[in-house]
Amino acid sequence: MMHLIDRRLNARNKSAVNRERFIRRYKEHIKRAVKDMVADRSIKDMVQGGEVKVPAKDVSEPGFRYGSGGDWDGVYPGNREFVTGDRIPRPSGGGRGAGGNQPGQGESVDEFVFTLSRDEFLNIFFDDLELPNLMRTALAEAENKKLVRAGYVKEGTPSNLSVPRTMKTALARRIALGGPVRDELEEARADLAQALREHQPAGEIEALEVRVLELEGRLKRLPFLDDVDLRYRHRVVQPAPTARAVVFCLMDVSASMDERKKDLAKRFFTLLYLFLTRKYEKVELVFIRHTDEAEEVDEDTFFYDQRSGGTVVLSALELMKAIVTARYPRSEWNIYAAQASDGDAFGADAGKSARFVREELLPLTRYFAYIETPEDEDARKSPLWVEYQEMEGEEHNFAMRRVSRPGEIYPVFRELFSKERAKG
Amino acid sequence: MNAPAATEMRPGPLPHGPEWDFELIERYHAAIAETAAEFRLDTYPNQIEIINSEQMLDAYAASGLPIGYPHWSFGKAFIRNEQSYRKGYQGLAYEIVINSSPCIAYLMEENSLTMQALVIAHASYGHNSFFKGNYLFRQFTQADAMLDYLVFARNYVMECEERYGMAEVEEVLDSCHALMDYGVDRYKRPAPISAREREARRTERAESERKLYNDLWRTVPGGAPAASESRSSVFPPEPQENILYFVEKHSPRLAPWQRELARIVRKLAQYFYPQTQTKVMNEGWATFWHYTLLNRLYDKRMVDDAFMFEFLHHHTNVVAQRGFDEKGYHGLNPYALGFAMMQDLRRICEDPTEEDRVWFPDLAGGDWLKVLDFAMRNFKDESFIAQYLSPRLIRDLRLFVVSDRAGEPELEVANIHDEHGYRRVRRVLADHYERENRLPDIQVVRYERDGDRSLTLRHLVHRGRPLHEDETDEVLRHLGRLWGFTVRLESVSTEGQVERTDQWQP
Repeated sequence: MMHLIDRRLNARNKSAVNRERFIRRYKEHIKRAVKDMVADRSIKDMVQGGEVKVPAKDVSEPGFRYGSGGDWDGVYPGNREFVTGDRIPRPSGGGRGAGGNQPGQGESVDEFVFTLSRDEFLNIFFDDLELPNLMRTALAEAENKKLVRAGYVKEGTPSNLSVPRTMKTALARRIALGGPVRDELEEARADLAQALREHQPAGEIEALEVRVLELEGRLKRLPFLDDVDLRYRHRVVQPAPTARAVVFCLMDVSASMDERKKDLAKRFFTLLYLFLTRKYEKVELVFIRHTDEAEEVDEDTFFYDQRSGGTVVLSALELMKAIVTARYPRSEWNIYAAQASDGDAFGADAGKSARFVREELLPLTRYFAYIETPEDEDARKSPLWVEYQEMEGEEHNFAMRRVSRPGEIYPVFRELFSKERAKG
Repeated sequence: MNAPAATEMRPGPLPHGPEWDFELIERYHAAIAETAAEFRLDTYPNQIEIINSEQMLDAYAASGLPIGYPHWSFGKAFIRNEQSYRKGYQGLAYEIVINSSPCIAYLMEENSLTMQALVIAHASYGHNSFFKGNYLFRQFTQADAMLDYLVFARNYVMECEERYGMAEVEEVLDSCHALMDYGVDRYKRPAPISAREREARRTERAESERKLYNDLWRTVPGGAPAASESRSSVFPPEPQENILYFVEKHSPRLAPWQRELARIVRKLAQYFYPQTQTKVMNEGWATFWHYTLLNRLYDKRMVDDAFMFEFLHHHTNVVAQRGFDEKGYHGLNPYALGFAMMQDLRRICEDPTEEDRVWFPDLAGGDWLKVLDFAMRNFKDESFIAQYLSPRLIRDLRLFVVSDRAGEPELEVANIHDEHGYRRVRRVLADHYERENRLPDIQVVRYERDGDRSLTLRHLVHRGRPLHEDETDEVLRHLGRLWGFTVRLESVSTEGQVERTDQWQP
């Protein structure tokens, strides 16, 4: 007697609950790992899963066990050369050699490694940034979708019925099916006319008349509209974003920008990049760093190459303008700029920069975001901040923020997000 | 073999190929069931469930149980398995079988038809008959009540989480898990009770507590209950080896629901206890029977050569045993050892040598079916090996004993497969499967009921083996959390001297 049951359609992922509990329990480890990932990855590769290592000691489930030491006997298979009384040096790597037949439990594995999925990674990344939930889903969603017309299909919902197309098909069908009958009918009519002309016997004429009527009947019985004629408009889902955008990442790399500030800046750029990849099909990144002079560099150099020197903000702004003019015509590109600095600007630089931003850059860009990373929260407002502050509120596409921890980055974008959302 | 006659009666070989369908599985099952009946295998009714690999991973993480309560450690197991599976380090087990009635065996969707037949023979007839026959399983698990209990446990844990919070429940479960190995009764047989009765009892208990509650008692002045009159000075009078049970019954701190959680963990430990004691026998028995049953099908010409080739390929993988110095050696393979011993027993019965007649006078030339059946029913790994490991098998496997003495700079080969070594190799191997050899001997010896309420455990040091220090501290911390008062662990030498005391204080 046997029952055979197909359980394949039952819920999979029964372990999801337990996996999630594991992740919650080791959140601290995982957060640390995510932080490292954020530091190591380039902005464009940010959004993917990654490996998390948790020290095996921390995830172990303890129990009373033997440690090393004491007397042990073990049985092993596959003796080739030993005879009773042979002495063997203790295997290196410590521990007892004769634990018996089990492989050294947990001895060789120092780390418990597991892979964080893309979603889990993003969740923790966003956690740090204190992103509102709505925003999370908007950003984490794999791709924006759009319904696009894609011809006609024979099945669909009544609301998608295409009347002209249906009528056309019906007409075609009627012509096609009616063709032979019509030919016969013409023939029969001709015959009848001829018979009438030639005064043939009444019986034959009657037979011909019957035939004509019958053929006319068949023609009439062809349905005007048949199920097979129905045509529906077809729509397919396509990834939506179609436009291009470029993000200018401007950063002050003078000596006062330490690792912490750079990390904040990186998260800031990443968030902007993430947001823009949702909106646009193609997003390019341009990295401009500056000390007292600005240069365009690749991402690695941007974040990790130490430079020393003074600070002239204006140089970076001018370089950006030059690059826009040379490579990113406004008609083809949506231009975004994100500037990170600790705000140290000397003399007239701050004032000039602010003016340059207002007069030259803001008209070009869709959005210009500035974050300042002060030494600590109570630090005095920097000269650049003071100058920029005049623009805030006046210019609709400018936002600025002082940020000393990752959670403060998001508000810079809040306005941007809500505006973009409002535009739909 | 009088094959012609057999073939005339048979409808010809069963179809064979990589693809299976439900009808084919039924036909194979029918053929295997018929063959199993020839060998008088006694089983619970069978239930075979088809699942896919993801579900197999899920089942794996829950130690093969179809229903489990939520806990992070299962998530950890799941992640680990999934990881090594995705990386290809480890294939999935071909089968998981659950000791319940009906006996549930999982077949994986991805397996070929041959594999399905192998698994049916292995799990639904091999393991199944072992579950039904072996004395440990008969004593300690109620196959028919198990699924009910699992449902109860899951619901109860989830209810507690709702009521007391996830973190609270997790803490208690963590602590209980740390003591899981010491939550097992080795001798008593738990009274059979179904989940429904259990639930009824629990509510009844709560109800009577509610009824008997009288706030007046609180106001009675100086109403301290008469202090212990006839209590013996030492409690418990006998050392208790089931630490978790002791905690559940006597912990001064645990709330009723926490006791119930401890009980659930203990029940699970108890459920798995027979399996931990019979790994070699259980797998050996199941492997022996899939091998025997499918070979019998072949003899009856019900399966063809291609089927047998594929089957033997898998079978050989399962029973491969590497030498200690070969790559991929992971200790003695219980499948290999168990299968070799079962086969050897059959050989001793059917084709005994002079040596066998000396070593196994009762078995040599006996009815192998009866001998194997008796062995399956009445032994566990330790006693099975001590009883039946033959010199010939020791030679075949070229087993040798290495002894590791504290203080000696080198290890010594104490015995090999020769006349002088057989008995000792057998003894040492048998001991290896003894629970005491894996788990330190730790028991509850004192509970200061009338004093500071501290709990004292005693570790009887065996052959100078110390406890793992870090883990011991951890476990004491967990035990302390359950107990709520000072917890002490004394390591006592064989001479009765306290060598070391570890302590946890709240």
